[in-house]
Amino acid sequence: MVKLNTRNIKRENETAVGYLNNLDEGQTENMENGYSEVKVEGLNFFYGSKQALFNVDIMVEEKGVAALIGPSGCGKSTFLRVLNRMNDLIPGTRLEGRVTVHGEDIYDPATDVVKLRKKVGMVFQQPNPFPKSIFDNIAYGPRIDGQKNKAVLSEIVEESLKGAALWDEVKDRLHEPALALSGGQQQRLCIARALAVQPRILLMDEPTSAIDPIATQRIEDLIRDLCTDYTIIIVTHNMQQAARISDNTGFFLQGEMVEWGKTSQLFTKPEDQRTEDYITGRFG
Amino acid sequence: MHSISEKVMKIIFLICGLAIIFFLAGILFTLLSNSWPALREMGLAPFITPGRWNPGAYGEPTYSLFNMIYGTFMVTVGALVFAVPIGVAAAAYLAEIAAPWERELFKPIVEVLAGIPSVVLGFFGLVVIAPLISRIFYIPSGITALNGAILVGIMALPTIITLAEDAITAVPKEYRNASLALGGTRWQTIWKVTVPAAFSGITAASLLGMGRAIGETMTVLMVTGNMIAWPESFLDSVRTLSANIAIDIGDVVFNSIHFHALFVAGLLLFAITFLVNLLADILIHRNPEVNK
Ligand SMILES: Nc1ncnc2c1ncn2[C@@H]1O[C@H](COP(=O)(O)OP(=O)(O)OP(=O)(O)O)[C@@H](O)[C@H]1O
Ligand SMILES: [Mg+2]
Repeated sequence: MVKLNTRNIKRENETAVGYLNNLDEGQTENMENGYSEVKVEGLNFFYGSKQALFNVDIMVEEKGVAALIGPSGCGKSTFLRVLNRMNDLIPGTRLEGRVTVHGEDIYDPATDVVKLRKKVGMVFQQPNPFPKSIFDNIAYGPRIDGQKNKAVLSEIVEESLKGAALWDEVKDRLHEPALALSGGQQQRLCIARALAVQPRILLMDEPTSAIDPIATQRIEDLIRDLCTDYTIIIVTHNMQQAARISDNTGFFLQGEMVEWGKTSQLFTKPEDQRTEDYITGRFG
Repeated sequence: MHSISEKVMKIIFLICGLAIIFFLAGILFTLLSNSWPALREMGLAPFITPGRWNPGAYGEPTYSLFNMIYGTFMVTVGALVFAVPIGVAAAAYLAEIAAPWERELFKPIVEVLAGIPSVVLGFFGLVVIAPLISRIFYIPSGITALNGAILVGIMALPTIITLAEDAITAVPKEYRNASLALGGTRWQTIWKVTVPAAFSGITAASLLGMGRAIGETMTVLMVTGNMIAWPESFLDSVRTLSANIAIDIGDVVFNSIHFHALFVAGLLLFAITFLVNLLADILIHRNPEVNK
């Protein structure tokens, strides 16, 4: 398994050669003391007796976009849900291995799942705004966090909507139902709602698969903007999308992380034959 | 051959369906035609304006149902006040929290509760709730509006629980996931997302529960004391519309004005329940969240 140091790389063209070098152990330890955003070691995941992930290792560095690609059913969503423990909600699931976020073992019994999910936000495949107003959707996270001050909430709502490039479109109708927005707007609303909680990491599971191409374009632009402030891990079915927006890409196949590397590298000079077969469309 | 039997079946089902409409129309017709002599003589006003119900008075009998409409209202609202929170909480528990075995255990219990004859529930009100009320509030008798409200609430509970649980279960799981992924706890998710999303369904459940309980005569009759006077508080005795009919019908002179006045009470009761059910139905059918 290839482990990459991508800490200082935000855009692929800023990068230097040697970036693909495997880290030696000393460096790895260093990374853990503060920088490694997400680190997964020897992850096995089971739905009941069915194993969905096999010995996955990955190290995602701060900021930037990491894309996860692979054929349907290969475990991308499962992997994403490991990172904010949404899999906990599915009865009968089991996990082996170590998953750390900012050096903290998130499967430690002492971990506060609620805190973890505030730090690791998630945007779903289908836009899922609450049947509430636009304002109340965004304010939901801060409110359950105890924020009651109207002025503060208004500011958070405005900032979050601006962050999600939706403010101009909805600023005059914040109190209208969120479900009246178009699909693409709803998805940006969901992104804004996630931003309002001030996460460090944003998980996105095929966020554009349910919306039209123009809305998709806007969300891709948004993701590129957001990745200077947030670490984004995105699952996508669309290889062009991964190539367009991500700094690093991981290729999953049948629950295995076949290859994980710099996006430009992975799409042009894949190390594994199976990756090459997949990206050249030979299967999947 | 096959198609003939199918046609016959279809006609049989159609007749059964029509029979329900026929029964409903028949009941309405009976109520109207029997109320008519009283309404023709006095109009509706004397029945629904303040006054006394004193059909047996010499010279000037009075037929005001006002206090009883108020009594019915009191018992109903009182019942809602405690049955809705309990029912919704129980429904939320069943739909969102309970382990499968707990649900298996609880559901039949709710059904048994629904099946308790109202007379039996009346006994419970008399020997358990009445003494409790009199002890708690230091009043000589626990036979009060409060007692009736509690029992009517208990009778409404099974309907409320069952229908509210359906409404909560129908809330798309995407809302739940969104809330949990934002760092919401299970409680926050239930009370701030799931239950509000099921709001119209829950309201409909409450209304239907009440609609069923409003007309429950026996229980209320046994535990509210049935005084005709204006009730000052929940600790006073009240008479509801249905109790009024049941009490008087035994010794009323057939086809007298008194007799027809009782039908007016029935008509009012019918109208109230009909409106409540209609409202519930409207709410159920315009439930955008659940139908989405
Ligand atoms: N709730 C579940 N219970 C049991 N098995 C599941 C569950 N969710 C997913 N799986 C199984 O785990 C495997 C990985 O599923 P997952 O949804 O993670 O794949 P995916 O890569 O996201 O697929 P897609 O691209 O179609 O979304 C599949 O074999 C799937 O059938
Ligand atoms: Mg998936």
